[in-house]
Amino acid sequence: MSSLAQSQLRETFELNIGPQHPATHGVLRIKVVMDGEYIDRAEPILGYIHRMHEKMGENRTWNQFWPNMGRLDYLSAIAYNHCYAGLMERALGIVVPERAEYIRVITAELNRIQSHLLGFGAYIMDLGGFTPLMYAMDEREQILDLLESVTGSRLTYCYFRFGGVYNDIDDDFITGTRAFLKRFRPQIDLYHKLVTGNVILMDRLIGIGPLSPEICRKYGATGPVLRGSGINFDIRKNEPYSVYPELDFDIPVYHECDSMARYMVRMDEMGQSCRIIEQALNKLPEGPVMAEKVPKALKPPKGDYYYAVEAARGMFSMRTVSDGTNNSYRMRLRSPTYSNVSLFEEASRGMLLSDALAFLGSLDPVIPEMDR
Amino acid sequence: MNELIRLLAYMLCIAAFLGLNLAYLGWVERKGAGHFQRRTGPKEVGPYGLLQPLADGLKLMSKQLVVPANADKLIYMAAPVLIMVPSVTLFVAIPFGENLVPREFNFGLIMMFAFASVAGLSILIGGWGSGNKYSLIAGTRAVSQNIAYEIPMLLTAINIVMISGSLDLNEIIRQQGSYIWNWNVFRLDKSILMPVSFLVFFICSVAETNRTPFDMGECEGELVAGYHTEYGGMGFGLYMMAEYANLVIGASLITILFLGGWQSPIGILPGPHWFLLKMYFLIWVFVWIRWTFPRTTFWGLLNLSWKYLIPFAMVNLLLTALFIKVI
Repeated sequence: MSSLAQSQLRETFELNIGPQHPATHGVLRIKVVMDGEYIDRAEPILGYIHRMHEKMGENRTWNQFWPNMGRLDYLSAIAYNHCYAGLMERALGIVVPERAEYIRVITAELNRIQSHLLGFGAYIMDLGGFTPLMYAMDEREQILDLLESVTGSRLTYCYFRFGGVYNDIDDDFITGTRAFLKRFRPQIDLYHKLVTGNVILMDRLIGIGPLSPEICRKYGATGPVLRGSGINFDIRKNEPYSVYPELDFDIPVYHECDSMARYMVRMDEMGQSCRIIEQALNKLPEGPVMAEKVPKALKPPKGDYYYAVEAARGMFSMRTVSDGTNNSYRMRLRSPTYSNVSLFEEASRGMLLSDALAFLGSLDPVIPEMDR
Repeated sequence: MNELIRLLAYMLCIAAFLGLNLAYLGWVERKGAGHFQRRTGPKEVGPYGLLQPLADGLKLMSKQLVVPANADKLIYMAAPVLIMVPSVTLFVAIPFGENLVPREFNFGLIMMFAFASVAGLSILIGGWGSGNKYSLIAGTRAVSQNIAYEIPMLLTAINIVMISGSLDLNEIIRQQGSYIWNWNVFRLDKSILMPVSFLVFFICSVAETNRTPFDMGECEGELVAGYHTEYGGMGFGLYMMAEYANLVIGASLITILFLGGWQSPIGILPGPHWFLLKMYFLIWVFVWIRWTFPRTTFWGLLNLSWKYLIPFAMVNLLLTALFIKVI
């Protein structure tokens, strides 16, 4: 419904959205050329929080790089932990005890629910509804308490180790998680009743921000953005890692390609994560949580290693080239939102400003992870 | 001389009433929002946070007024005052009780609309004078919104005028009897579409007061803070207060036109208390709506007005005229 073509008078002006702006969730800057209320061109400008994580990976020892994993995507840090652990275990040939893998999956999925909850709340707040954020925060707080009891931190987790996890989970955590799942499941329905069915919200989301599967492929979008465009791609199923193959869960895929589809994928994924956690808790084996023979000084053999996980926002993968010394020769991180947001420029052409920001919110960007 | 004293007394009373309302509606909104959102709202300053408005006021007043470099200084300073003045003036015409009205104007309704539309102007010049692109976009949005929603509002109000045969607000209330079914909203004998007119008028009031889901002038997700992005200290404070003043006026107008003003719903003890009860109930509904719904788009907002509300208001007007003529 763009009237860009129809408008006779083409008088444009520039608008800087960000780096300090409530809709960008951080220090993302979008340089927009506006034609009235329509967007002529929108260019995301990154780099305001660039911290050179990749370079840090090269000049620190393997173990010293751990804390960085919690500081990329601060909302789903455990998935990033998982990726680094997996990468190095593959390089060093460490076999991880099964209990540790189950704990990794449980915490990673709790973290995913937490991330989607905040994404949901913040997204509705972008659209002007403040209340759902507080509801989501309430639930999120319970997850953070659970994770704090086992990992020791609430946001920037550094919980995994090469060969296992730092801390075994106790009965309190297990009963607490079960209780949480029981409380949380009805809450998803409540959110649907309160928020999804709202006429104004449907008006704002349905048909807004169409993303064809082609454009998703072109820019390498992953995660809920890709699955909202009808492509069934999830690392947990497509390149299974950890103990995911032993668990039964579905990948929600929506074919509408609009903001509503992406929103619904996130909502459904919370339900699926609940299923995963429940099964993992039931199957949780006894045993150690750390592999026995992990050398103190890590020197992975020469070679090129790669590992990918499904973080809350899409595929996170790491590739490292080792030259056999105690730090990396080259470290490369592939973060999901970087690709997801890069398609914004092409997809937002001719959109209304308010629709474009609703669309940006549906990509659920986390800026530190984009800038790395 | 007596008249002068009477007017002075009324002025003082209005100032006091307004001051109390503007301060405490903010508290009501924050407390209400808190309870809608599973938290407590303000509670630190005073019991139940009741002194919070005073603390806020002190803080706002003690802040330095910074005029942005790009701003047009005169317009920038004048806009917040200009938005406050018409809102305060309007209280002169509101009949809180049968005899509790500062000035009975026989054209009170027209005066209400005339002064209310000045608010749109002051939002525009506030946005313009700030020298900020967000403010400017918000200002233009607010104006097109105010124009779009004043039309159906006026058209609906004309229904009432035709039924009552008067523009005098007190007379309009007197015409509605002292039982709930005599209120304009339920007077189906005059026009069967009366409840729907009420709904249209209510929606328009929400839009006129620039509140969520129609807060295009503010739009904090898109336009930072809309027309008052550049305002700090008391400039912002005046905008905030004007919002609540407009809220009181909007609720009063609905009460007068549709809910029988100071008339009692059960036939006993008519008086200002009924007026205030109805008014505060409506304000509570406004607060309720604000913290429940997300914001519409600017596009959807204008669509709603021009494609649905205005045609409906026109048809409604014709039907009412027909009803009055035939019956």
